[in-house]
Amino acid sequence: MFDLTIRKRQETLGWTTVLIYSGAVVLSLLFSAAMLLFQGNSPVEGLSLLLEGAFGSTYAIEDCLIKAIPIYLCSLGVAIAFRLQIWNIGAEGQFALGAIGATWVAISFPGLPSWVMIPSMMVSAFIFGGLWGVIPAILKLKMKANEIIVTLMLNYIAILILDYLVYGPWKSPDSFGFPMTQEFSAGAIIGKIGESNLNWGILICLLSGLVIYVFFRYTLMGYELKASGENVRAARYARFPYERLVIISMLLSGAFAGWAGFVEASATLNRLQPTIMVGYGYTAIVVAWLARLNPLYIGISSFLLAGLRVGAENLQLELQVPAAFGEIMEGMILLTILAGTFFVNYRFSRRPRP
Amino acid sequence: MTPDILIPLLAATVQSGTPILFATLGAIFCEKSGVLNLGVEGIMAVGALAAFSVSFATGSIWLGFLAGGLAGVLTGGIHGLVCLGFLGNQVVSGLALTILGVGVANYLGTPLIGLTAPGFVPVDVPLLSKLPFVGPVFFQHDPLVYISYLVPIGMWFFFRNTRAGLRLRSAGENPDAALAAGINSSNYRWIGVLCGGFFMGLGGAYLSLAYTHMWANHLTAGRGWIAVALVIFAFWNPLRAVAGAYLFGGVMAFQFRLQASGTHIPSSFLLMLPYVLTVSVLVFSSWKGGSSATPQALGVNIEPAD
Repeated sequence: MFDLTIRKRQETLGWTTVLIYSGAVVLSLLFSAAMLLFQGNSPVEGLSLLLEGAFGSTYAIEDCLIKAIPIYLCSLGVAIAFRLQIWNIGAEGQFALGAIGATWVAISFPGLPSWVMIPSMMVSAFIFGGLWGVIPAILKLKMKANEIIVTLMLNYIAILILDYLVYGPWKSPDSFGFPMTQEFSAGAIIGKIGESNLNWGILICLLSGLVIYVFFRYTLMGYELKASGENVRAARYARFPYERLVIISMLLSGAFAGWAGFVEASATLNRLQPTIMVGYGYTAIVVAWLARLNPLYIGISSFLLAGLRVGAENLQLELQVPAAFGEIMEGMILLTILAGTFFVNYRFSRRPRP
Repeated sequence: MTPDILIPLLAATVQSGTPILFATLGAIFCEKSGVLNLGVEGIMAVGALAAFSVSFATGSIWLGFLAGGLAGVLTGGIHGLVCLGFLGNQVVSGLALTILGVGVANYLGTPLIGLTAPGFVPVDVPLLSKLPFVGPVFFQHDPLVYISYLVPIGMWFFFRNTRAGLRLRSAGENPDAALAAGINSSNYRWIGVLCGGFFMGLGGAYLSLAYTHMWANHLTAGRGWIAVALVIFAFWNPLRAVAGAYLFGGVMAFQFRLQASGTHIPSSFLLMLPYVLTVSVLVFSSWKGGSSATPQALGVNIEPAD
């Protein structure tokens, strides 16, 4: 008789890895298909509408890229903290604070020319988002408060602060009672690239991605951050400035999410309003994990998950499928990939029963 | 404050605290076995939906309540499969489960929005409900509240005085040593995840069957996350969880009343109260040394021997 046991793989898998993860995606597609069937829709029609809505036209692909911008920036930020094993779940709130910071500049000094305005908004969003990220870092270091819960609670608080501002002191007098600020002046709006719908926010993504790549690959602090994440105790022993690294990683993490908020307010909405909060900060966590925290892969997975959102919107439009369908797919993909990783790292072996 | 304001406020405190209490007890049960479950919010959402739809379809509130718990077991089982079966990262799996659970509840719940289902109504406890002050505050509620008084005591007894409770705790403290003593820690972790899921599901069921009687999307509104924080506040002790849950119930009841009274404080600030309180409570209890009560192997998977 033989008995199955689990062993760690010694060799690295080649194409089998791709096969395993494809299997994981197929499994989540099957679950999603079952969900569509449950609602009385044809799964084949539904999933093809999803795909077509996301990547079927130039307009759709542009929409994916536009949505990928904030997801990419949030995810890049989240990945910095994750590298250090700091679980920053707070991109959503840091995004909100960044949008608030940028809006504050835009509506307080509407007369500024764009070459002063845009950089000032970026600095403000960086500070607002970054400091919102530093709060949980300080509470973790000084009071040992679990950062997962603190960052998450700060998300709820940030969204309510945003609500307060747009329902109260920042509400535009000519919005017919709708909760929104006045429209930004022309100088505060990030322009579109040529004839396309795409905005120059994508340039911020490319530069940020490059900076982060260089930071982790070629700077001492980047190295210290990576090494500390892999083994905190060893890093302390090597006298790496662990506490400073935590603060800096959370500052940068929040700042990038803040920039995402700035791009959304400036380029997409041209003002601040509650609909700016659509959960990019949570999607960013999924993206960062799927991309194994690599800036280039984050780009690819941001685009794909943005596609999932655009496709789900199309489904909602065509078949009245509830918007939560996208969340279901996001959660399922993450769970199945997580389970699939097991087959990449371990193998079953048979051993004779004693 | 006069008694005619204070007593209804305290009674409302118990009622708003009950769903959080169930969820916190579920999270404690799970974490005691060494499995960190950040999917509480998602499990509660699925539990709330299952309870509501079963009660709506069958007309039986007790069947609905049970369905909420069983849905919690199933949803929690996904976490067990990914973390215990496939050794996935517990933090990521829990987050994914929250995204999935809230998504599924909102998706399947969309056609039910605004519908009402039969729900629980207050039943006075004979004799006890006649007591001055204590009676109206604690003993004029729906039956589920009375169940929530018994569960923490039972759980406390289980951990302290039973062999299974001790073994479950050992799986959370030191699974290797437990293995050496001939205990299959993995099995006890499964018990922790599934039973924990059951109580989280009951927390959700309470929301849709006793707290509102009506279905709305995002019914849980962060209560699952509050429960995760309360586990630390309670130092993993089921009896202390009661105090934590009622603290939050009190703030929610107070906020609701203040809002209804037409105060000039902007509603955003009132709605912020529970979340600000969660951070304060967490910071305070962590600073007071809550981490020393943490199960030592919490969040660490049992790796196969080479």
